[in-house]
Amino acid sequence: MHFAFTEDQIAFRDAVRELLDKECTPAHLRRAWTNETGRIPGLWEQLVDMGVVGMLAPEAGGGLGLTLVDLVLILEETGRCALPEPIVETAAFGASWLDRGDRAVALGHTLVPWADTVDVIVTHAGQFERDAVELVAHTSVDGARRVFEVLGTPTAIDGPKLWGAFDRAVIGTAAQQCGLAQRMLDLTAEYTKERRQFGVPIGSFQAVKHHLANARIALEFARPLVYRAAVTVDPVHACMAKLKADEAALTAAKAALQCHGAIGYTTEYDLHLYMKRAWALARSTGDGPFLLNRVAEGVL
Amino acid sequence: MDLSFSPEEEAFRAECRAWLEANVPRPPLPSGDTRAGFAAHLEWERTLFDARYAVVSWPAEFGGRDASLWEWLIFEEEYYRAGAPQRVTQNGIFLLAPTIFEFGTPEQQARILTKMASGEQTWCQGWSEPNAGSDLAGIASKAVRDDAAGGWRLSGQKTWTTRGAFCTHLFGLFRSDPDAERHHGLTYFLVDLATPGVTVRGVERLDGDEGFAEVFLDDVFVSDADVLGEPNQGWAVAMATTGSERGLTLRSPGRFLATAQRLIDLYHAQGDDPLIRDRVVAAYVDAEAYRWQTFWTVTRLVNGVSAGAESSMVKVFWSELDVRLHEIALELLGPHADLLDGETAAWMKGYEFALAGPIYAGTNEIQRNVIAERVLGMPRR
Repeated sequence: MHFAFTEDQIAFRDAVRELLDKECTPAHLRRAWTNETGRIPGLWEQLVDMGVVGMLAPEAGGGLGLTLVDLVLILEETGRCALPEPIVETAAFGASWLDRGDRAVALGHTLVPWADTVDVIVTHAGQFERDAVELVAHTSVDGARRVFEVLGTPTAIDGPKLWGAFDRAVIGTAAQQCGLAQRMLDLTAEYTKERRQFGVPIGSFQAVKHHLANARIALEFARPLVYRAAVTVDPVHACMAKLKADEAALTAAKAALQCHGAIGYTTEYDLHLYMKRAWALARSTGDGPFLLNRVAEGVL
Repeated sequence: MDLSFSPEEEAFRAECRAWLEANVPRPPLPSGDTRAGFAAHLEWERTLFDARYAVVSWPAEFGGRDASLWEWLIFEEEYYRAGAPQRVTQNGIFLLAPTIFEFGTPEQQARILTKMASGEQTWCQGWSEPNAGSDLAGIASKAVRDDAAGGWRLSGQKTWTTRGAFCTHLFGLFRSDPDAERHHGLTYFLVDLATPGVTVRGVERLDGDEGFAEVFLDDVFVSDADVLGEPNQGWAVAMATTGSERGLTLRSPGRFLATAQRLIDLYHAQGDDPLIRDRVVAAYVDAEAYRWQTFWTVTRLVNGVSAGAESSMVKVFWSELDVRLHEIALELLGPHADLLDGETAAWMKGYEFALAGPIYAGTNEIQRNVIAERVLGMPRR
């Protein structure tokens, strides 16, 4: 038993973090809310160049032939910065299903985020080529994750390979939720050190401490399930991981909003950029009832 | 990443499983927190010791097997899976022993550890006092130097001492420097409860068992040989055992996994109530989460990274999970949950026992303060 990442895996994660800290700031996210594509211009190409997007594709398919264990920490980073790109859909789901990492993929049950900017779209109905469908745009609560209805004739797809790829998407989304929980915790712990009321930092009040401690505990017990699932890619393990990661992210979001007070309730402040992503991801690649049912089938 | 156990570890698991299946007492022993139950448990502890399963992680010279942390976790998983009794020796072997290994003299180690492992000597923890609970540094019981006799004279009162009415020995903190305040000037003593001047009064707990005691000390002589660590350094010595109590050693994941599995069995036995299903599943997921968080931590420990304030997160999580598992079981049982006789009584007894978890070893409120201050860096005041 050795339940830890290698130095190489951590170094790769750190390199991606360094890039995203520069190229996916709150200012970038705000532009993605209002620009034409809803994405950050040029960033996807940089992630492709680093090998992140095609990491799971075989070398013959232009990828690195690595595994989800190599990718999961990086996906956690993409959550930490609320990356407005179809990275889980392409790197975790698409590359392992299509065996190639050069086609951007969008994935959704019926509402599909980023459907307008990809090559391949997958819904519960099947597979579509982007060029062959009509998209109906909707306005979503997370403005940097625009969603679309897909009108067109799908190609039917199924089979164990598809479901294995879907499990990778579940685990990848869970990793992003862990990153989001960490970001909201960091933001809020910092704020409560600075913000003073009654002559002291509000972070010195036990009521405030306990909100954030609860969120930190939820994150502490979510991460190992995510990393375990990244190794096994077992469907029940994947659903356990996302159940706990969703709980961590939503607990952190609620605690963060409450501990910020009114400023957190504005869109001028950055918290909402992360909180709304956590809400959206909790209903993506399996919501609570879906995940719980799948776990129940496995353990009861 | 390698999530498998080695063939040697799997062989050890099989050996533990076979021995436990053949030896675990049936029917289960009466509560170890009663006088009769305690005696029955000591017989079981002796059986464990004779088969060298009492303290698998200790050196062989003290009755152990020099087992690794992984093997210890495997033993614990098998122990609780087999439905084996709670360990009435646990405050000695899990709380005091790590401190004796770290701070004890070779003479103390030779004199104390093997007898502790066999159950010949049983240890209770003398920390809480009427005015020192979560605020442990408020300890007022005194130790006065007796140079002529080569030791110290202890006076004061300890309280909420678990199994104090049945144990032979007590370990505790006493104020040895009257001019020092708070966590300064305390000394860690090992006290034979048969020493003149000791009075022990059992106190009935929530569950009706005499599991607590008050220990009164009136000019009790303790020789220098029974000081653990340096005089006046007791706080640092004691903190080594709080780490053990809050963190890994006392609450291995095996216990909660076994309870979660029994909860699933109960769910089926009670007819798969769909209104309770989701909570059963969620609690099982939490037990799994606890197991994998432990494996994550143990990997770091065996690679030389210390656990630190994270142990406070562990303590909050397992203690609240334990309560939740039992609450769900009682709901499944309906009116029968209240019965203290019959087959289901273990759930109510277990519930009452679990309710102590968020209180002892530092209340969960204190733990959440520690998490906020030391993990998240929030201001103390």
